[in-house]
Amino acid sequence: MKYQTPSTTKEAAVLIKRERGKAFVLAGGTDLMVRMKIGLIEPDLVVDIKHISAMQSIKKSASGFRVGAAVSAAKMGENNALKKAWPGVVEAANLIGSDQIQNRCTIAGNLCNASPAADAVPALIAAGAKVNIVGPQRRRTVAVEKVITGPGTTSLAKGEIVEAITLPKRLPKSGDAYLRFIPRSDMDIAVVGAGVGLTLDNNGVIKSARVALGAVAPTPLLVAAAAKAIVGTKLNKAALEKLTVACTAACDPIDDMRGTVEFRTEIAGVLARRAAKIAYKRAGGK
Amino acid sequence: MMAGTLVSTIINGDQIEFACRPDETLLEVLRNRLGLTGSKEGCGTGDCGACSITLDGRLVCSCLVLAVEAEGRKVNTIEGLADGDTLHPLQTNFINHAALQCGVCTPGLLIASKALLDRNPNPTDEEIRFALAGNLCRCTGYDKIVHAVKATAKELRKQ
Repeated sequence: MKYQTPSTTKEAAVLIKRERGKAFVLAGGTDLMVRMKIGLIEPDLVVDIKHISAMQSIKKSASGFRVGAAVSAAKMGENNALKKAWPGVVEAANLIGSDQIQNRCTIAGNLCNASPAADAVPALIAAGAKVNIVGPQRRRTVAVEKVITGPGTTSLAKGEIVEAITLPKRLPKSGDAYLRFIPRSDMDIAVVGAGVGLTLDNNGVIKSARVALGAVAPTPLLVAAAAKAIVGTKLNKAALEKLTVACTAACDPIDDMRGTVEFRTEIAGVLARRAAKIAYKRAGGK
Repeated sequence: MMAGTLVSTIINGDQIEFACRPDETLLEVLRNRLGLTGSKEGCGTGDCGACSITLDGRLVCSCLVLAVEAEGRKVNTIEGLADGDTLHPLQTNFINHAALQCGVCTPGLLIASKALLDRNPNPTDEEIRFALAGNLCRCTGYDKIVHAVKATAKELRKQ
């Protein structure tokens, strides 16, 4: 196995593109190293992106936040401005694994690992986050929900690397939240995850919303019908009921040791409802 | 002498150079090449925390770090916790509170506990339990560990 530490994203993309064998990006290593250990993969080349300066920081600008692909989830939790603007995204990132994992894992890695149950992903989708992708030839930007195409697979071509994830500017009177269900208090994989982001008008009526679900389908889902159910309302009982129905209808989960199809489907509605209430409150709704 | 990548690092305050294959984990190098066998391999997949160390002051599982990643960085392991023959207060309190039985998880728990107390000198029981959630112990039932960490925090705050 070869190990490289390029200093630019372009260089990293070219290294991976040119490798004839199996090449992998190393950010926090909390998924990659596990897959190497259990023999799922045998890399010929590992490209460590932690020496690339464009990937190392969280930057706030007029258009929002830019979280570099090598930024650990722990560092996101330590960034007060980010936490204040996008509490749901940071909470979701901070739910991934133990403190040991938090100090290494990244939201870009969480996305590219492409687990249907990835905690950060529904929160990012609900936030309307975008992904900056760098390839050997060109750069492109896509919505987070366009990246994962199935369990463990993404729409990234060989040599394409996520350089950063951007979050839009936090609009006034808006809030986001992420909740997940696990059978323990900590350190488990989501049975269901639900992220909600919304913006209110001056009367506390929901002007726009995004609802996303995790672990209930082969990919994290953006549930447009669920958002539609609460837009134009003050999140009253009828709206919450419609939100629940839309989330339940969107579910296409599997049975596994963590939960059955029936349980996941039911809990998706419950969590989406609760996350919507938290987001609404954070947006200043009463 | 083996061929391999030369890595220059600071381990427990000492400048150390080692050669390793690029696919070796830091845990493997610590244990097999440097004789620092205090860090244990429980699962090898980042679930149990027995291999916990700090890398530039941050708590990590050394089984999930490539040894070559340690180039130019500060590594702290259980071997550096005591000051010569004087045990760290965490070590003394783990003994006094019987916070260990078989001892395999203990080095990792001590390193994780120190990382907690370094950033939070007065943790609640809940904060201790969440901070140590990445360290599995199959002997103690955790209560004694929580007591030992709490007692240490109290002691260190008086100093």
